[in-house]
Amino acid sequence: MTTIAELPPGFADKVLSAQSTFRSVMDAMARPGSVQRIVPMAGTPGPMMRGTAAIALTLFDHDTPLWLDARMAESSDVTKWLKFHTGAPVVQDSSVASFALIGDGGTLPSLERFALGTAEYPDRSTTVIVQVDSLASGRSFELRGPGIDGVATLQASVKPFDLFERLHMNEALFPRGIDVVLVADDAVVAIPRTTRIVSKGS
Amino acid sequence: MNAPAYNFAYLDEQTKRMIRRAILKAIAIPGYQVPFASREMPMPYGWGTGGVQVTAAILGPQDVLKVIDQGSDDTTNAISIRKFFAKTAGVATTTATDEATVIQTRHRIPETALNANQVLVYQVPIPEPLRFLEPRETETRRMHALAEYGLMHVKLYEDIARFGHIATAYAYPVKVNARYVMDPSPTPKFDNPKMDNCPALQLFGAGREKRIYAIPPYTQVVSLDFEDHPFEPYRFNAPCALCAAENSYLDEIVTDDKGGRMFVCSDTDYCESRQAAGHHGSLSAAPYKDKAQEAANG
Repeated sequence: MTTIAELPPGFADKVLSAQSTFRSVMDAMARPGSVQRIVPMAGTPGPMMRGTAAIALTLFDHDTPLWLDARMAESSDVTKWLKFHTGAPVVQDSSVASFALIGDGGTLPSLERFALGTAEYPDRSTTVIVQVDSLASGRSFELRGPGIDGVATLQASVKPFDLFERLHMNEALFPRGIDVVLVADDAVVAIPRTTRIVSKGS
Repeated sequence: MNAPAYNFAYLDEQTKRMIRRAILKAIAIPGYQVPFASREMPMPYGWGTGGVQVTAAILGPQDVLKVIDQGSDDTTNAISIRKFFAKTAGVATTTATDEATVIQTRHRIPETALNANQVLVYQVPIPEPLRFLEPRETETRRMHALAEYGLMHVKLYEDIARFGHIATAYAYPVKVNARYVMDPSPTPKFDNPKMDNCPALQLFGAGREKRIYAIPPYTQVVSLDFEDHPFEPYRFNAPCALCAAENSYLDEIVTDDKGGRMFVCSDTDYCESRQAAGHHGSLSAAPYKDKAQEAANG
C-alpha cells in the first residue's frame, strides 16, 4: 500500500512552476505544431511523463472532471497522486470530462466519446492529453490554421497512427471539437480544433 | 517574518487555474467568448479588472510589463495597473513597446509592430458585439452558435442610410477566422488592421461581463463592411504636432478657449521615440530647446 509519504512530489514551487508550465502550454496552443519545453519538474507517478505531470498540477483541480485511459487508471500511483495533488474527480463517463489523460494512445477510444462542446458553449469540451513516443522524429506533418504563419511542420511519432486523420472531424464540427495536447517527456505540442493537418509521409 | 500579504500577482492559485483554462479554450476557439468566474479585484469594474485578471494569470517573474491607457503610458489607469503588478508580482515594467513581453492595453494597439514574443492583453467593457442590438444573452448566444450576423450588417447599413458612410468609429466589429463576429474592445477602427495576421497573441478580458476571448497569432481578422462601402481606417488628416508622424493615430487636444487645438500621437512611446530620433512637429518644444542650447554655447 502506498502511503502519502511515498507519493512522488508535486512542484517544489507551486506558484512559479505552474506559471511557467502554463506559459509553455499557452504558447503551444497559440502556435500549433511548435514544440514547447516544460521546465519545472515534479514527481512522475507510474506511467506519467514529466510534462504530463506538470500540466496536471497546473490545470487540474476540483472543478475539472478527469477521464483516465486504462494505462493511467490501472496505476494506483497515478490515481492517488492525482487525488492528493490536484483533487480532480476521476469520472468513468468520458463525455463529461474536462480533461482526458491518455497513457497508451493505441487504446484511444473514438473521439466522439469525449465532450465536444455544444454550438452555444463550444468551450465545454474535453481537452485530450496524449502521451506520445516522440515530438522530434517520426512522420512529417504539415499544419495550417490560426496561430501558424503559413505552414508549420511537425515531426512526430504518435499512437494511434491515425490520430491526426481522426482529428479531421474537427473541421466539420467547428466551433465544437476536441483540442489535443501531445506530450513526449518534457516536450509539448498542442493541436487545437482549428488546426488542419496533412501527413507528408516519413 | 516578512511573508508577502498576497500571492504572486495577487490572484490565488485556484483562480489562476480557472482563468488559465479559459484562456486555452479562448485560443482554441478564436473570437468565441469563454465565460469565466471573474473575481472582485482591488479596483472598480471599468478600470480594467478583466485585463488585470488575464495579465495576473499569465505573468511570470521574467516578464517585462507595459500598460497603456488610450495609447498613453502615463495616465492614472496605466500607472496604477503598472504599479499594481510591480508591487504584487515584482515584475520589471517598461514604457517601450519593443522591450515589453506582456502589454496590457485599454483601447489602443501600439503603433510599433508587435512581435511573436509578445502578448497583448485588452481591457474590455462590453465583450458582446451584438449586445446593443439584442439585449438577451440567450439570443446573442444562439446567434453566435448559428453564425447569424445579419443584424450587425443591418446596423452598419443603417449608418450608411443615415450618414452616407459607416459612422462606427470605435469598437468596429470584426470577423475572426471567418467564423465569430467579435468586439475588438473600444479601440479606434484605425487599429483594426493591426489585429489581422498579427504575430503576437491577443487576449481579451472583460471583468464585469465575465468573458475571456482571444485571437491567436497569424489569424485572419476582417472588419465587417460592404462591397460598395469598404472598411476604411479613420485618422485626422494632419501630422502629429510634436513628432510630425503622418501615419499614427492622433488625439485632438484643445489648447485654448478660442478654438485652438493640436493633434498629437495617442501612442506616447511612439511619439517620444520619434522625437528622440530627431523628428520635430510644428508645436514641438525641441527647436526652442535647441536654439536655447545654441545661444548658451555662444
